[in-house]
Amino acid sequence: MKENDNCGCSPKTSAPLKPISTSGVNLMPSIDAAPYCGSAKDTNTTNSNGRYERDDRYKRPGYQLSSYVEKFIDTDAGRIPIIKSKLGMDDLFSTFYVRCGIHRYQYTITPGLYGIGNPDKDSEVLVTANFKLTFDHVRKELDGLDAWILVLDTKGINVWCAAGEGTFSTRELVYRIKTDSLAKVVDHKRVIVPQLGAVGVSAKQVKSQSGFRVVYGPIRANDIQTFLRNNKKADKKMRMVTFSIYERFILTPVEIQISLKPALIIALVLFIISGIDSGIFSFSSAFDRGLTGILAMITGLFSGALITPVLLPWIPTRQFALKGIITGSLFAIILVLFLLNSGISGSVGIAGSIALFLFSVTISSYLAMNFTGTTPFTSPSGVEKEMKLFIPIQLASLVISSGLWIYAAF
Amino acid sequence: MEDLRYIDDVSTLVLDKDKCIGCTLCTEVCPHCIFEMRDKKAVITDFNACMECGACVNNCPSGAILVNPGVG
Repeated sequence: MKENDNCGCSPKTSAPLKPISTSGVNLMPSIDAAPYCGSAKDTNTTNSNGRYERDDRYKRPGYQLSSYVEKFIDTDAGRIPIIKSKLGMDDLFSTFYVRCGIHRYQYTITPGLYGIGNPDKDSEVLVTANFKLTFDHVRKELDGLDAWILVLDTKGINVWCAAGEGTFSTRELVYRIKTDSLAKVVDHKRVIVPQLGAVGVSAKQVKSQSGFRVVYGPIRANDIQTFLRNNKKADKKMRMVTFSIYERFILTPVEIQISLKPALIIALVLFIISGIDSGIFSFSSAFDRGLTGILAMITGLFSGALITPVLLPWIPTRQFALKGIITGSLFAIILVLFLLNSGISGSVGIAGSIALFLFSVTISSYLAMNFTGTTPFTSPSGVEKEMKLFIPIQLASLVISSGLWIYAAF
Repeated sequence: MEDLRYIDDVSTLVLDKDKCIGCTLCTEVCPHCIFEMRDKKAVITDFNACMECGACVNNCPSGAILVNPGVG
């Protein structure tokens, strides 16, 4: 993915490339450029009012124009970029990459004040995070609206997580209100903060430190326009988090991606312990049995990081670790039956089968438990309770499984 | 969210009714809508849906709400 300094999107310049020339004499003639020189047109125009309109009027040496910026407008607080509500192909491609966990923490936009539509002194100010995925999500829902968008520096993290981590905070909001001279841009004294930002923002403190009143807007960007039409009132549906099958599924690529590195280390360990046999160490069994072990690991990973999150509400029990055991057991049984029948690993035997089963289920249970950190409904106290109970069980299972796996080789 | 519930009776959420000044802010910020206003006072209507996010604590102007999860 191509990234530049201040945003995650590839720049698009609107003006065609012009050859460098002075009085018709090429300063840097080259064979490639020669036929192009004659066809270059002056795209700067004089408009109906007789004003000279240059197509490079938004360009500054050393700066790069972000592709989501449409134009700039002048306000009492200086020049403010007006952003597009339509996402371009480059935005969609980079969204895909980020969902897969690629450059997840460098996907940022420059914090500060932006506008959308034709905002004026009475327009609302919507506060958001500088994670570009969040920013894109907000702007595409604001089509047709005239508003200001105040982007806080959350280090490329979404509103809720940033609020929990303390970057989407009272301090940062007050800083931006002052730095961007919001009082000069709008006549009113209110900012609309997304509800989930309340974890890091204190309405009372923002008021006393900046004079601006915090109005908590809806959780989801697609409710903003309805919220504004309803006289800035949110109903219960707008105020409640959801965790639909799509919302769970879209998070799974990152779950899988973050478990790949530990998985690689486990794979190496698997090759080593799979090679231990009566002849001390055998490279051929390290490879054969190691691959079988890796298959069990992949099954556990698939079950714990993909299937369990997606099927979450339909898997019995409340504890995630236990949900992972249930799903993991089903997949592990299928795996063991497949291995026993296929003859891929005829030497696995009973002990080996139990070892593979336990190993696969443990991975699934651990990863499912890990998913508690991603959901919008698990309390830290609950997570602590289940970790205290299940981590010892998972460790014991891992030890037994390793023992049986080595035993099975003799 | 009715079909997605986590472990019961673990939240450390405490609401001091006497300190509540009835501002309704907690009913606005809770992402699980567990607060409701009754007789100009906030009440917890769905304690086990609390995920201890702390939005209510952070915004309660009278310090009537406390939540104290451990390290998590």
